[in-house]
Amino acid sequence: MTNEIETIIHTQDLSLFYGDFQALHDISLPFAQRQVTALIGPSGCGKSSFLRSLNRMNDLTSGTRSEGAVIFEGTNILEKKIDVVSLRRRIGMVFQKPNPFPKSIYDNVAYGLVVNGIKNRSIVAARVEKSLKQAALWEEVKDRLHKPALGLSGGQQQRLCIARALAVEPEILLMDEPASALDPIATQKIEELILELKERYTIIIVTHNMQQAARVSNTTAFFYMGRLVEVGSTNALFTKPVKKETEDYITGRFG
Amino acid sequence: MTYREHTKGEMIPEGSSRGDRGAAPTDTLTGRGTALGEWVAESSLLIISLISIVVLGLILLFLLMEGLPTFSFVSVKAFILGHLWYPTDEPPDFGILALIMGSISVTLISSLIAVPSGVMTAIYLSEIAPPKMAEILKPAIELLASLPSVVIGFFGMVAVAPLMQRIFDIPTGLNLFTASIMLAFMSIPTICTISEDALRSVPVTYREASMALGATPFETISKVTVPAALSGITTAIILGMSRAIGETMVVLMVAGGAAIIPGSLFDPIRPMPASIASEMGEAPFRGDHYHALFATGITLFLFTILFNILAMSASRRFRLKG
Repeated sequence: MTNEIETIIHTQDLSLFYGDFQALHDISLPFAQRQVTALIGPSGCGKSSFLRSLNRMNDLTSGTRSEGAVIFEGTNILEKKIDVVSLRRRIGMVFQKPNPFPKSIYDNVAYGLVVNGIKNRSIVAARVEKSLKQAALWEEVKDRLHKPALGLSGGQQQRLCIARALAVEPEILLMDEPASALDPIATQKIEELILELKERYTIIIVTHNMQQAARVSNTTAFFYMGRLVEVGSTNALFTKPVKKETEDYITGRFG
Repeated sequence: MTYREHTKGEMIPEGSSRGDRGAAPTDTLTGRGTALGEWVAESSLLIISLISIVVLGLILLFLLMEGLPTFSFVSVKAFILGHLWYPTDEPPDFGILALIMGSISVTLISSLIAVPSGVMTAIYLSEIAPPKMAEILKPAIELLASLPSVVIGFFGMVAVAPLMQRIFDIPTGLNLFTASIMLAFMSIPTICTISEDALRSVPVTYREASMALGATPFETISKVTVPAALSGITTAIILGMSRAIGETMVVLMVAGGAAIIPGSLFDPIRPMPASIASEMGEAPFRGDHYHALFATGITLFLFTILFNILAMSASRRFRLKG
């Protein structure tokens, strides 16, 4: 990572517990602004749990407890007094399986605006259009905005979910294996989209697919057994990994 | 499993018999015994389910046979729209409008109480209550469903009715209002448990998506979870109402029993089931009164069928359309 790039969010000795089980061990990791950071590692290594700590989605799972800090704009967002509602508006999330609401395409994208108190119809309509364009979905859906979102294909649904997340204009976009449920062509579209979006947004993406991490990310962090093993520029990590576990994983010896 | 089906399709072309292939001792895919066992299991299930359908059909036939003769001595219109129910007078009056209105009013008013409380309890249990709280509340509500209706009726008669009489200073506590409250007690568990199942079956991913967009828990419930569960909740409400309209013992004990069209909340009423239950024992066998009571039963049956059709169409209408 180069020094002139600003860090937008970072964790300090972040540990996460599900009941008695410790899922994350003292993870300190900075994330650069307007860059794509990929989190890779075998299943159960804690990368998704880590991602969900960044916008406090783990709060929704009962029995979770975290230690350490997640610093966003100089504030530890793990503190109790933090308003998670406005935090999540600024740190958006796209999930593994496309999960559009059983509403129309338009209402899906408008949802985040409506719950954030934007009622002016023309503003909402303009934002819906802008977000769908950003998510490269506008051309495909502009004539059927009021049709059910569940009638879209899986890849379109996932881009709709990205549009929905973009509509509230977050600063950071968390993506939890956004292409794992999609076919190769839809995956390629999502990856192209990520490369476009990083001009404006900080993107943190969890992925199982190492080629995907290599293609879309600037920085890659390798997680193993709830620990951060290695982090570095994607190029360096994939060509000259420092740690043995990293090398074993990226060469496909386990995982 | 997939492999098995695949090979089966490949190895046995359509029309050829399974037994031929079964000759090879190692080939377990085409065993005849399995096919016979399947056939026995399937047909016995079919027969058992047919028996219950046939019995239901016979009950319906009996109801029609005993009820339809009514219309030889009173016209359908006079029966349904007649205000006076004096089946033992000379000459008798067989008008059940007051009984119908009694049933409708008690069902509507009990729904006004039971629907909001049942649905809200379901929302609380599935969306808000901490798991420990839900663990205590849920069995308690299910227990309420298993209370015999005579117990609820008895409680209404000796405890609630005198209380009502004192609070509102009315001549009798056995009236439309008390009956509605007691019936509401009976339909709340139905409405609550079915609504809760509907809410719980809403995928967690919807809630997560909503929360991740900066929606509050309340916004998530009102804008995502409840709309997604609407078909189930509507079914729950209609089934709760059909439980109320068909309920006999409670209305027999606490509704007051006067066959008049209620003009106020505190008028006594005589819903259809109460009338049938209390008069059937005294009606001369195959007399006019006897037939009229069966015709009342047909009317009640039509009402519950209507509720069930509504429930079915509601669950289709509000099915997640995206």
